[in-house]
Amino acid sequence: MKISEIATVLNAELYTTNHDAETDIMSACSADLMSDVMAYSKENALLLTGLVNPQVIRTAEMMEMKAIVFVRGKKPQQAMIELAEEKRIALMSTEYPLFEASGRLYQCGIRGHGF
Amino acid sequence: MRYPGAWVLDMGQVIIRDYDIPADDFLAAGEASSAVRKLLSQLGVAPDRIKRTAIAMYEAEINAVIHGHGGKAHVEISGDRITIVISDEGPGIEDLELAMQEGYSTAPDSIREMGFGAGMGLPNMKKHADELVINTEKGKGTVVTITVYFK
Repeated sequence: MKISEIATVLNAELYTTNHDAETDIMSACSADLMSDVMAYSKENALLLTGLVNPQVIRTAEMMEMKAIVFVRGKKPQQAMIELAEEKRIALMSTEYPLFEASGRLYQCGIRGHGF
Repeated sequence: MRYPGAWVLDMGQVIIRDYDIPADDFLAAGEASSAVRKLLSQLGVAPDRIKRTAIAMYEAEINAVIHGHGGKAHVEISGDRITIVISDEGPGIEDLELAMQEGYSTAPDSIREMGFGAGMGLPNMKKHADELVINTEKGKGTVVTITVYFK
């Protein structure tokens, strides 16, 4: 799924413009614990999280993730948006809670780490 | 673009970089790891090697910010490997064996709220580094040396 399609499914607000709009996101990781995110290894992935701080962007950068969705209506601060623009990571905010946002994307074919 | 197994530098050539890790600056925390990730990418190191390096270094950098009152990162890249030395003058690790166990943490709640401090930092470093050496002394500080081979 493209970033814009994900934003539509989650009725999410998109905060960044400098990201790869054509990238095809196939997998996602839902976590509030950044060390759990760093145990994840899929490429072109999306991060869903309820945690809002600059280290979320850093962690996504280290993991080469393409986009971050903040759940339950949480919004990124300006410094985070600037950092994400610099790293070419898309930032979105959805009103859905973590479970529901994850479920809606799963229904669209996005998958997790698997076994 | 070079591929796994290829040397990224000529024999005997070494790239050295030094970075400051500022204390208690959570916006800057990760800058050094980010710079190293970019450098390795420019050198054409294989993506999975870059990722291992970035994760191990980032965990060590975060640890220096959280526990070590900031510190320094010294990085040496030679033909077949990267060696990263992260040093701080913090309180040291009292029980290293315990600290290496998944889930053991001495981080305060303020750090847990940042998404860290779950006791996964050192285990994650060990998992992603090819070699991990930790020298620590109570009251003096900690030196973490991470080596990742490019092939």
